[in-house]
Amino acid sequence: MSPATKILIVDDEPAIRRFLKVSLETEGFQIVAVENAAQALGAVRQVKPDLMILDLGLPDLDGLEVIRQVRTGSALPIVVLSVRSDEPGKVAALDAGADDYMVKPFGVEELLARVRTALRHRLQEQGLGPVFRLRDLAIDFMAHRVTIGESEIKLSKREFELLRLLAEHAGKVMTHRQILTAVWGEAHHDDVEYLRVYVRQLRLKLSDDPVSPRFIETEPGVGYRLKGE
Amino acid sequence: MPATQPADLDTTRPSPEALLASAATDHRGRLKIFLGAAPGVGKTYEMLTAGRARRKEGVDVVIGIAETHKRAETEALLEGFEIIPRRKVAYRDSTLDEMDIDAILARKPRLVLVDELAHTNAPGSRHEKRYQDVEELLSAGIDVYSTLNIQHLESLNDVVAQITTVRVRETLPDQVIDTADEVELIDLTPKDLIQRLAEGKIYVPEVAQRALNHYFSEGNLTALRELALRRTAQRVDDQMLTYMQAHAIPGPWAAGERILVCVNEHPSATGLIRYARRAADRLQARWVALYVETPRYHQLSEGERDRVAQTLRLAERLGATAVTLPGRDIADGLLDYARANNITQIIIGKSRRTRWFELLHGSVVDALVRRSGNIGIQVLTTEAVEGEPGSRSGSAPRPPLSIAPYFVATILTGIVTGVGYVFDQQIDLPNISMIFIPVVLYSAIRHGLWPALWATMLSTVAYNFFFLAPLYTLTIENPQNVVALVFLLLVAFIASQLAAQSRAQAEAARRQAASTAALYGFSRKIAGIGNMDDLLWAVAHQIALMLKAHVVLLLSDGDDLQVRVGYPPEDELDEADLAAAKWSWSRGQPAGRSSDTLPGARRLFLPLQTERGLVGVMGLDRPVDNRGEGTLLSPDERRLLDALADQAAVAIERITLAAGIDEAKVTGETERLRSALLTSISHDLKTPLASIIGSITSLRKFWSNFDLSTRDELLGTVQDEAERLTRFVGNVLDMTRLEARSVTPQLFPADVAEMLGIVAGDVKRALPMLRLSVEVQAGLPAALMDAHLFRQVMFNLLDNAAKYAPAESAVRICARATAQGVAIEVLDEGPGIPPGDLDRVFDKFFRVQVGDRRRAGTGLGLSICKGFVEAMDGSIVAENRTDRPGALFRVTLKAAPLTQVSHEPSDQDPDRR
Repeated sequence: MSPATKILIVDDEPAIRRFLKVSLETEGFQIVAVENAAQALGAVRQVKPDLMILDLGLPDLDGLEVIRQVRTGSALPIVVLSVRSDEPGKVAALDAGADDYMVKPFGVEELLARVRTALRHRLQEQGLGPVFRLRDLAIDFMAHRVTIGESEIKLSKREFELLRLLAEHAGKVMTHRQILTAVWGEAHHDDVEYLRVYVRQLRLKLSDDPVSPRFIETEPGVGYRLKGE
Repeated sequence: MPATQPADLDTTRPSPEALLASAATDHRGRLKIFLGAAPGVGKTYEMLTAGRARRKEGVDVVIGIAETHKRAETEALLEGFEIIPRRKVAYRDSTLDEMDIDAILARKPRLVLVDELAHTNAPGSRHEKRYQDVEELLSAGIDVYSTLNIQHLESLNDVVAQITTVRVRETLPDQVIDTADEVELIDLTPKDLIQRLAEGKIYVPEVAQRALNHYFSEGNLTALRELALRRTAQRVDDQMLTYMQAHAIPGPWAAGERILVCVNEHPSATGLIRYARRAADRLQARWVALYVETPRYHQLSEGERDRVAQTLRLAERLGATAVTLPGRDIADGLLDYARANNITQIIIGKSRRTRWFELLHGSVVDALVRRSGNIGIQVLTTEAVEGEPGSRSGSAPRPPLSIAPYFVATILTGIVTGVGYVFDQQIDLPNISMIFIPVVLYSAIRHGLWPALWATMLSTVAYNFFFLAPLYTLTIENPQNVVALVFLLLVAFIASQLAAQSRAQAEAARRQAASTAALYGFSRKIAGIGNMDDLLWAVAHQIALMLKAHVVLLLSDGDDLQVRVGYPPEDELDEADLAAAKWSWSRGQPAGRSSDTLPGARRLFLPLQTERGLVGVMGLDRPVDNRGEGTLLSPDERRLLDALADQAAVAIERITLAAGIDEAKVTGETERLRSALLTSISHDLKTPLASIIGSITSLRKFWSNFDLSTRDELLGTVQDEAERLTRFVGNVLDMTRLEARSVTPQLFPADVAEMLGIVAGDVKRALPMLRLSVEVQAGLPAALMDAHLFRQVMFNLLDNAAKYAPAESAVRICARATAQGVAIEVLDEGPGIPPGDLDRVFDKFFRVQVGDRRRAGTGLGLSICKGFVEAMDGSIVAENRTDRPGALFRVTLKAAPLTQVSHEPSDQDPDRR
């Protein structure tokens, strides 16, 4: 990691700020910790962090609103922390533009892993090569070719679009709505059943076992994620 | 009829009615009828044979009822069938066997064989007729095979009676055969049938001989056979038509014929109806039975009005549309309706009236024929369409003849004659006749036509006797006087007619107004009622008063129908009534007394129906003073009752809906509380846990990377958060104890200053950000308290202050004596409490909305404070500070005498933990 990588921590609990700060600093990140939304929005502008860890339960403003405001002018990766573990809560945060979602309480190892994924994803998006590789899976975006090992996989146009979308956001959960809107268009954003059928087909063609997936993971009630490395 | 009607354009599209007709048969069982021309042709035999064949195919077939009439070959066929045992019905000293419909419904076979479709059930059965039982089986999805003789069909009833001179009493509506899915004609030539009869295969020999001489004559059988063949052929036509229409096959069907049959109160009208049905069948025409309700309707006896209603009902059963139209003149009413509805033929019975009557009143038939234009008129003699024999003799009695009006008329005529006699010299002879006119008019207006005619007759005689020479005889000398007398007679007669007619109209208007007023009054009385019990009582009471009847109302109580109210009060129904009520409830149709279903019940039950569905059932019964069985309600009353039932149903539904809304509100509130609890607990449990787990996992991963002070800092976090969690769990437990009422305070007098010192020590570590100051009034008496509960209360109040007041702001505790005892106030420098929320801050899970999610708070703290303070016989209130923004919580405890008082507050008491 570059030593200049800056992380903004937003949480109203001093205890949580404290352990996040010491742990991430030990990992070599530069930390800015604030306790409310107003300070957070100010810090995003002034400090220009590389990643934000955001608690949704803030005293002055709903965390979802913070995400939306940040997203109007920035692609800053956001990892959300919340005590809410229900799907609608996750979906709302991800739809608003969060990159990842962690339910309190969590271990610091898991958080570090998520932070790394989110940072890498950001780097990847900046310089996504013409060919995406994940283990033996290779997606050639230019030639519209998908191969596993030596054998080519025939995908329909929609299946390819779906896989491309997941690959572009590899490691990140894409919500049903995000996928449907991107691949099928705004009018279909509620047709989750439709999406399930396509994912089932895609997994079949990629010989991916839904029970222990090698490529496409299901986030129940939320969406899908193409595994990071 | 022009063959090319616009309707022809539609034949390329399936007609919705035809599709509907085939769709309606989808969920029902299928009915197959084995139709025969006469007994003994082998219908039962054929039915059983067909049943056996189905059984062989593996279909679940049972016998509901089979009459073998001890015919050997038929009985042999019963073997191997499952036969549902018959139900024994006690009737007058004997027992009758009836088909056990409930047993069949419970057994639920695929197909049931039911002999003799036209059979009439024993009194007290669920349905009057067996075909109604079959209807219920069909709607339960069970297929039925049944048998029927042609003479039982309603529309053929009088034709058969004419052929055979035997009138069949057991009839069934033609619709049954029209809607049957299959009809198989069991045909046997008359010769073969007579042969079988002679061989004793049908009846025992002596009966057979009698039958041969009468019913089973070859002529009769041939005619009956022809009827059966024609009826079956016509049904096939109908099916073909339905099929062709459903599949949009254009074809030459008779289009546009519409028949109108004119109904009157005479018994012969039923014959007219049957004739019309046959005509309509032949022409494949729709038909309408019309009754024109002229003012004369109100002069008809109840029996005659009933007969009009029955005739119209019969027409409906035979497939007609029954219409009643108000009108002044029958011919006008008929023709207006006919023109408006494209009627092509009018069928009317020939009047039984004398020529004289027709000359005076005009004849409807003549008027019709004169003005009908291109509408065909068929006039039938009453002999051709004779109705039920004997029903004329059974015609309902006129209203009891009252003598009083005639008596009055006589007296008045007498008085007027006396007056005329006195003034005989002063008044011209012709003028004297005038003095009789008022008497005639009075009688006509007051008492109607007949008393007026009586007065007319008396007047004429009196005039002649007392005033026309020769006096005191009924002979007339001067021809001029004859003219005068005739004029008197004419004037009196016409005047009485006119007056009587206007009286009848006034009477009709009065009835109309009375029933409108009754309806209006009823709706006004029940409109404002807001609770169900009051409403039901008002409905029962009002209807009971209006119709002078006993009323019960039944509403569904889960699955069961329960009597909710009765007027006069009634809680229980006997079994027959309950069965009728349930039937009415399950079918949404009237049942019980004077209805088609379960007529043996004491009451008539009407469904209370709104657009959304059934809301209940109303039972009605009259004390046995008037008329006796059969006519529970006159048609007028029945109409009024129907209107009242509709209004009652709407009112009941309104209350049910309102109750539903209330319930939803309560449920919503409970739901809100529950989700508040969940949010609160998940937040308050998880936040400290998140810090603890986060800190510990950091420590484990980076133990060697962290320096000593970092390790100590994180370990301190773990301890603080664990303690916070402990307090939270303690709060939840306290709340549970309070709710379980297991808080038993140990009340002792305690020195308030000392206790506050301990409290100050409690918060010093847990809430280090709090700048606390304690002021205790000098000479403060001791307070009655439980030390543990008091510490908890104060801690929660201070914790609350710490949450809402800005960090580093001052919190004061003031203790002083009041009239109620000892008051301990906690004052913070926060934003205060919105005035509207002051009462609610002690509610469980209530949080003042300042910012969305304030620092961890259970929403339990203040609620526990209130519970504990009250357990200590004290009180707690929330206020806003008057000197500056901020909240004030005042705990008041009872004062207790204490010898030793007041030492300076000590907030340095670290040992007291």
